Amino acid sequence: MALSIASREVDGVTVLDLSGRITLGEGSVQLRDAIRDLIGKGERRILLDLGDVNYIDSSGLGEMVSAYTSAKNQGASVKLLKLTKKVHDLLQLTKLYTVFDIYDDEASAIASFK
Amino acid sequence: MESVGEVEAAAEQLATGAGLDEDERFRVTMAVHEAVINAVLHGNDYNPDLHVEVSMENTGAKLVFVIADQGKGFDPNRLPDPSAPENLLRGTGRGIFLIRSLMDEVHFRQLNPGTELTMIKNLAPASEGAQQDGKAGGG
Repeated sequence: MALSIASREVDGVTVLDLSGRITLGEGSVQLRDAIRDLIGKGERRILLDLGDVNYIDSSGLGEMVSAYTSAKNQGASVKLLKLTKKVHDLLQLTKLYTVFDIYDDEASAIASFK
Repeated sequence: MESVGEVEAAAEQLATGAGLDEDERFRVTMAVHEAVINAVLHGNDYNPDLHVEVSMENTGAKLVFVIADQGKGFDPNRLPDPSAPENLLRGTGRGIFLIRSLMDEVHFRQLNPGTELTMIKNLAPASEGAQQDGKAGGG
């Protein structure tokens, strides 16, 4: 299953509800484009809801890191919400857990941007 | 890249047939995914004239996956560690690291030309009579 992305606004934060796989050719580019568009439009607070993402490969992890750094360089922030166990394990394995701000519940994540 | 999905599906089938649990099946299929993509992209440099050969086998004691490309080859011992603090924010370079983390044994052999990657997942010894006694199998 490829990646589907739905966008919504909560208290000034753009939440991207992601569902499917973030892998080479199946979601990496979609995610990159979606975040680039948001930052281009002046959005500065971006929360990626990964609750329905069951597979991220090395390309997808790289894309998430690139999104994080390019957002940061432009004064925006990208945070993560609701990791599945598999994604959580991958972020721990690669130590990317130490890079991202990660939240289990949406209210706390939204509040963290203030 | 459709063939990557086919290889992944075959690996998943082999892992399921070997009785691996969901977590282990995920590790095996992800390692195979990374290895095949690596072979196509970095090994063969996306050259459609070059081939990737994949074989997989359940020996009873382990699952053995062999993936060979026809590219220029590389030194696997000279890859930077993507989990080192200075490399954490790099956008690439996690494929081989993940393969090494997800499988029990990983070996590289330089071909002429190309690289052959062998990945092994050890199987837990089957309990006598394969009874469902609630004991978790080792990893």
